[in-house]
Amino acid sequence: MGWAIALHGGAGDIPLSLPPERREPREAGLRHCLDIGVAALKAGRPILDVVELVVRELENWPYFNAGRGSVLTTDGTVEMEACIMDGATMDCGAVSGLTTVVNPISLARVVMEKTPHIYLGFEGAEAFAKEQGLETADPSHFITPENVERLKQAKEAKAVQVDYTEPSNAEIENGGPLMESSGGTVGCVAADGLGGLAAATSTGGLVNKMAGRIGDTPVIGAGTYANSFCAVSATGIGEAIIRGTVARDVAAVMEFRGLSLKEAAAFVVERGPKRTTGLVAVSADGEVAMPYNTIGMFRACATQDGYSEVSIWN
Amino acid sequence: MCGGNVIVERGWAIAVHGGAGVDPELPPERQEQAKQVLRRCLQLGSSALRAGGAAIDTDPTFNSGRGSALTSKGTVEMEASIMDGPRRRCGAVSGLTTVKNPISLARLVMDRSPHSYLAFDGAEEFAREQGVEVVENDYFITEENVGMLKLAKEANTILFDYRVPLAETCSKAAAAAAAEDGGGLQMMNGLPLSVYAQETVGCVVVDSQGRCAAATSTGGLMNKKSGRIGDSPIIGAGTYACGACAVSCTGEGEAILRGTLARDVAALMEYKGLSLQEAVDFVIKERLDEGMAGLIAVSGTGDVAYGFNCTGMFRGCASSDGFLDVGIWN
Repeated sequence: MGWAIALHGGAGDIPLSLPPERREPREAGLRHCLDIGVAALKAGRPILDVVELVVRELENWPYFNAGRGSVLTTDGTVEMEACIMDGATMDCGAVSGLTTVVNPISLARVVMEKTPHIYLGFEGAEAFAKEQGLETADPSHFITPENVERLKQAKEAKAVQVDYTEPSNAEIENGGPLMESSGGTVGCVAADGLGGLAAATSTGGLVNKMAGRIGDTPVIGAGTYANSFCAVSATGIGEAIIRGTVARDVAAVMEFRGLSLKEAAAFVVERGPKRTTGLVAVSADGEVAMPYNTIGMFRACATQDGYSEVSIWN
Repeated sequence: MCGGNVIVERGWAIAVHGGAGVDPELPPERQEQAKQVLRRCLQLGSSALRAGGAAIDTDPTFNSGRGSALTSKGTVEMEASIMDGPRRRCGAVSGLTTVKNPISLARLVMDRSPHSYLAFDGAEEFAREQGVEVVENDYFITEENVGMLKLAKEANTILFDYRVPLAETCSKAAAAAAAEDGGGLQMMNGLPLSVYAQETVGCVVVDSQGRCAAATSTGGLMNKKSGRIGDSPIIGAGTYACGACAVSCTGEGEAILRGTLARDVAALMEYKGLSLQEAVDFVIKERLDEGMAGLIAVSGTGDVAYGFNCTGMFRGCASSDGFLDVGIWN
């Protein structure tokens, strides 16, 4: 029992031979974000604040595929999306198609708290952000040289990449081969040990995606979900996560089959197509699960009993 | 039935809906008109199924585009999704302004793109690449809905202002204000039912080989913020299909989204072994809280069911055993 927090920086075919200059900044980012999340929990911050502030940090960290450092669409632009959900009330907020909002997760939260809607996209979402006075930046702020290079490689390979540089083929149902690599979507789930649960996810999507493509992150029940049983944030190939209603199913399997969090999370991930799905989840009583069916997943977690972990592979 | 490699031919079934949340004062001619449209859709779908058509191809012609709800800017933004049960392939679109048949574009996203969901400018561009029929945005705008928008804006001015943070959900706040206002005003999505444009349409089908498919299409919520996405294009919320069933929902989009209504029907069947009707009843009763919605569903074994917790839902069902029924009220 007690509080628990888990966060991820993306699942995918993260090569074991990942060079230190690519590995270390991400590990450092995970560690840093874990620390601030734990501090917020210990300070008794509301659970929604905890997941939002962790994801904001992950968005600001340019080595993850969210906020600054987002991967590029086929047009060389950035289109960001995010989603937040409160397990106790099941209130939620989601945004897609953002181009200038510095912290998409914060806009998702404002949609949840200040509109009668749940999900705003594209121009409408951008206009709302300006109305609400959220921090915005020129679209170029979000573009990093690494991602310009990734897009170039993806176009040369004529494929849509999750976000890394080690191409590998994973054909999925919904169309041609999708080049799969390390997904850098970020997410955070937390439980306060008093029934409070929240999930937050943010991403730039798939490298070389079509303009206007929406993935699993802002789809309630796919990439993000929280109810009284657990909070879940998923990462991987969005199209597979949507079809698999991954985040919702973890909670559903706990509720309808009586499985523990770990069992439910493992069940859902193993059931999906190989090399498409990873997730982090926490339960109301402080259990943590971080299963993935890809080669690796950038992740970190901590629980009130003092346990903490930052890892990439098994 | 003999053994061996025999494909068991079951009965097919189809259900359609034309939106949940019906003004109890709706004039009888309008009710009859709606029922005729539903009947016609059922007949179209049934013919296709009778001829052995696959569930995914059976989509009676809807014209949910024209007469769509208007955004607060007075424009139309349409969205739709489709899902094919056997392999759970799906396609969805949002923010369409010129595509005459949104559900067809959703299908093209599913069949001809590497993605599942395209929206706004990107979706419009894809539509042009695919050569689907496009029209000017004002094709979809009707005098009636311009009038509705005006009423909705007036109602919203009284009831709530989007710039003011809401302490409670909108339905609650609106209902409270309406109650103060003299009570008895039926509300849905923060709007009085009399202005509520219930033109979300949906269809679920199971063919004679037990394959299920679901489709939902809408213009969304009257006076919605431009860019607002509801439940109709969201897989697991407004639309879902798998081996066990196909579901299409309608009503308060936000309630359907947070309740992941369509997926929950299937999950109850899959994980708890409930029958289609039991799953539908459970979801309507337990997953909506103060939200108002309805849904139609078919199962892989040929059952058809529907449920709603609001004043009415335009719907119809037909099955291969000759059953055909359309209705509005309970």
